[in-house]
Amino acid sequence: MAAPLTLLLLVAVTVRAALYRSSLADLISERVEVVSPLTAWKRVVEGLALLDLGVSPYSGDVFHETPLIIYLFHFLVDYAEITFMLADVITAVALYLSVKDYNKQVFRKQKYALEADRYPLDCLELIRSPKEMQYIPLKVAMFYLLNPFTILSCVAKSTCGLNNAVIALFVLSTIKGNVLLSAIFLSLATYQSIYPLTLCAAALLYLLQRQYIPVNLRRFSFWWFVAQYAFMYLGSLFVIVGLSFFLLGSWDFLPSVYGFILSVPDLTPNIGLFWYFFAEMFEHFRLFFLCVFQINVFFYTVPLSIKLKEHPVFLIFMQLAVISIFKSYPTVGDIAASFIKHHKASSASSLNIFLVSCVLLACSALFPVLWHLWIYAGSANSNFYYAITLLFNVAQILLVSDYFYAFLRREHHLSHGLYLKRKDGSEATLVLK
Amino acid sequence: GCPKDDFQEELVIRPLHSGDIYASFQFRTLWETDFMRGNKVSHYRLFPKSLGQVISKFSVRELHISFTQGYWRTMQWGQPFLPSPPGAELWVWFQDSVTDVDGTWKELTNVLSGIFCASLNFIDSTNTVQPSASFKPLGIGNVTDHRFLRYATLPREIVCTENLTPWKKLLPCGSKAGLAVLLKSEKLFHSSFHSQAVHIRPVCQDWQCKTTSWELRQTLNVVFDLHTPGQGKLEWSLFKMFSRTLTEACPLASSSKIYIDITDDPQGEQFEVSPATHLLSQAMVLGDRRTFSVYDLTQQITFGTVRSLNLLIRWKSRDMLRPLLHAERYVAGYGLQTGEIHTLMYNNHPYRSFPVLLLDSVPWYLRLYIHTLTVTSKGKDNKPSYIHYQPSKDRVRPHLLEMLVQLPPNSVTEVTVQFERALLKWTEYTPDPNHGFYVGSSVISSLVPSIVAMDTNSTREQPLFSSFFPCKEESSYFMRVYTEPLLVNLPTPDFSMPYNVICLTCTVVAVGYGSLYNLLTRSFQIEEPSPGLAKRIANIIRKMRGVPPL
Repeated sequence: MAAPLTLLLLVAVTVRAALYRSSLADLISERVEVVSPLTAWKRVVEGLALLDLGVSPYSGDVFHETPLIIYLFHFLVDYAEITFMLADVITAVALYLSVKDYNKQVFRKQKYALEADRYPLDCLELIRSPKEMQYIPLKVAMFYLLNPFTILSCVAKSTCGLNNAVIALFVLSTIKGNVLLSAIFLSLATYQSIYPLTLCAAALLYLLQRQYIPVNLRRFSFWWFVAQYAFMYLGSLFVIVGLSFFLLGSWDFLPSVYGFILSVPDLTPNIGLFWYFFAEMFEHFRLFFLCVFQINVFFYTVPLSIKLKEHPVFLIFMQLAVISIFKSYPTVGDIAASFIKHHKASSASSLNIFLVSCVLLACSALFPVLWHLWIYAGSANSNFYYAITLLFNVAQILLVSDYFYAFLRREHHLSHGLYLKRKDGSEATLVLK
Repeated sequence: GCPKDDFQEELVIRPLHSGDIYASFQFRTLWETDFMRGNKVSHYRLFPKSLGQVISKFSVRELHISFTQGYWRTMQWGQPFLPSPPGAELWVWFQDSVTDVDGTWKELTNVLSGIFCASLNFIDSTNTVQPSASFKPLGIGNVTDHRFLRYATLPREIVCTENLTPWKKLLPCGSKAGLAVLLKSEKLFHSSFHSQAVHIRPVCQDWQCKTTSWELRQTLNVVFDLHTPGQGKLEWSLFKMFSRTLTEACPLASSSKIYIDITDDPQGEQFEVSPATHLLSQAMVLGDRRTFSVYDLTQQITFGTVRSLNLLIRWKSRDMLRPLLHAERYVAGYGLQTGEIHTLMYNNHPYRSFPVLLLDSVPWYLRLYIHTLTVTSKGKDNKPSYIHYQPSKDRVRPHLLEMLVQLPPNSVTEVTVQFERALLKWTEYTPDPNHGFYVGSSVISSLVPSIVAMDTNSTREQPLFSSFFPCKEESSYFMRVYTEPLLVNLPTPDFSMPYNVICLTCTVVAVGYGSLYNLLTRSFQIEEPSPGLAKRIANIIRKMRGVPPL
């Protein structure tokens, strides 16, 4: 397994290095679909230049990265390309290892369930065999590394790549069962952009399952574990925030980073829903809709956790997808991170998924065209770009709900059998009621 | 007794080498009083009451306000006596007794807006800056903490008769006697360049500086275009320029003079002036010794037998001259996403280099990237020795960039900086958003080396036009150059769509919510086919009878 992975890594690094050296690199780092005011490399360089001039980077409104990024790139600004390629490589390797480990656990569970005769006889074809799952980890890593969205994000040197690396390491440490590392990586991810906070529930559920602690609100062991995890998570978060304070000696970064993510003052167009909505918002309702949109991101945590409490790993991927669609400044790098669940496709709705994926591809092709028409040619106006944004987001939502539907249906078949009969013996159809 | 006050008026006419004519009016009132001490001043004679109340109420130490229509073309016209940027410019030094400078600034701009009938109330924190080096006080005093300095420009402000009338009312003689009778708005605004200003500052009364008095200068600069009157003849007269002639001096003025600049033509070869005068005066202005023909309006013989004075200047030939310091500014780039501001500064001195202070105040919606700042002279990098940069905060304050650049002799220095254009909320656009947004002029202040030694005694009797900027050194004089304002287009949203956008975006969010809600709250069930209509009715009847259904 190591050889194909190494080959894949080499290919990925070569592609990125080739693009770095070409003239496309400058063009890509200016695209609004790939970089946002939060993640643009130009702004990181600007922040470092302001620091050199003796002005705090947070005194203006150009720089919105966390102080640890300043600290990191203060030393690495000349090796930026290598840093971002390394981040992609780390993400791919972490995903590979975590999927491999997860597959082992899935097989173990399946074995016990087969021995306990828990599956109905006719759904044996749905059970996964080691042979068909052998190449899944490699496929996941390939899907992430050779995804054009990821490559664009890396070539543009968007700090979203670093965020994805931290989240991948979090997934790896959670699946391996390491509670402390999981809490630390999650707090790092939350520190950089607030939204990974919702992954807390998924991590907790998985770790509880792994340690065979039942999720029962009346048991002490459940609350003790939750308290431990919360302590580790909040503790590392406080340590990181405190470290950031001592780095620059002021709390300026709190409104500049977190205030910026939550209150969306910058209306630069991107592939998300927030910019045009708040550009055309009546002033009277601005705060109300801001709260509604931000709550919308965090709101699905509890219902999803209740429904998917037996499948926390799928819950992690669902949460990542929800975050990447509804966050305030999404970029294609976030979309790339949320596509990792592809390997769980079942045949039931693959046609639907194929159609929606085609819509996504078409929209991605139309984004630069309509941007050019609006900003450079002047023959279209902002409504064209906004329409494609809407279509892109609807396609993503449909994709996510299709995957969810396929997953739920598979679980239903596994417990109730594949070929269902109605009361009079004829073949039945399943509906959601 | 009453504190002494004194009023002087003068008009300087300078024929320009391009054939246009430059007329500069200055009206100065000196008043030995102290607004700052407790005793309220109640008896105003020559000093206008509205301005006196403004000074005492807002603890103003220096006030400079100018309204300009048109752009001063330095290359064709040389240097003005009093430079000003297009639009409105206001800069104020407050006394150090003021505790809340920002609040006082806001009130002051509103009061001045009323006095001058201008929309100065648009001055707020998004276009006000506190320059750290460029605008030192022009009067006496020992307050140099730039926390008490505020500078703002409104490049979009239009100047018209409504602004001229209250300005004229501040003069002691109004527009009834003296030089102010020439200020008729239909001729003044039919010109290439028109600028009116008010400058208030404390000055020393004598060289020992034991007493200070308040100086109020009202200046009006106008450049008449050669081709406007339509005759094309190179001939100017007071009547042609102002449609009036002079009949008497202002009775309240201690001095009322007209100066005609004849330096370029001492022998009378290039142009002739009539009626001729034998009074000549020499003065140092802008580093140059210039000779003027003087007409003293307090003397009755100036008006001659017809009892009116109509000066006539007739051109015979033309020539060209180059100013020492000159600047240009423009926006480069295409599209509505990014752009680049280029500022070019020309040093035309053949062998001397001198430093200039460049002040740039860029509105917040053009996000400057200071790491892209480059300063090049003669193709090589020219690093500024002092940079003061205050980044902007969205919707709160603009960018402030001040740099000290050494200009090499006989060279062009180019300053470039890249910016990104922001998308604003739909309510923040003006009603004509596709006109563009204005960026105020850059200010270039410098001490330019002078060819001739200059007089540093500022309290001696001098014509008004040469005593505005204080002269500290003999070998250099202070000069301020303003560049063009910029007009920049921003990307606009569709203004007809707020309700549609809200509906559509909420629909997309609802699609997400709806799909996930369905999947989360429902479970799979086997679908039973629904019975036909006849069977359903039969079932209802059976239920009513209490019999089990089909």
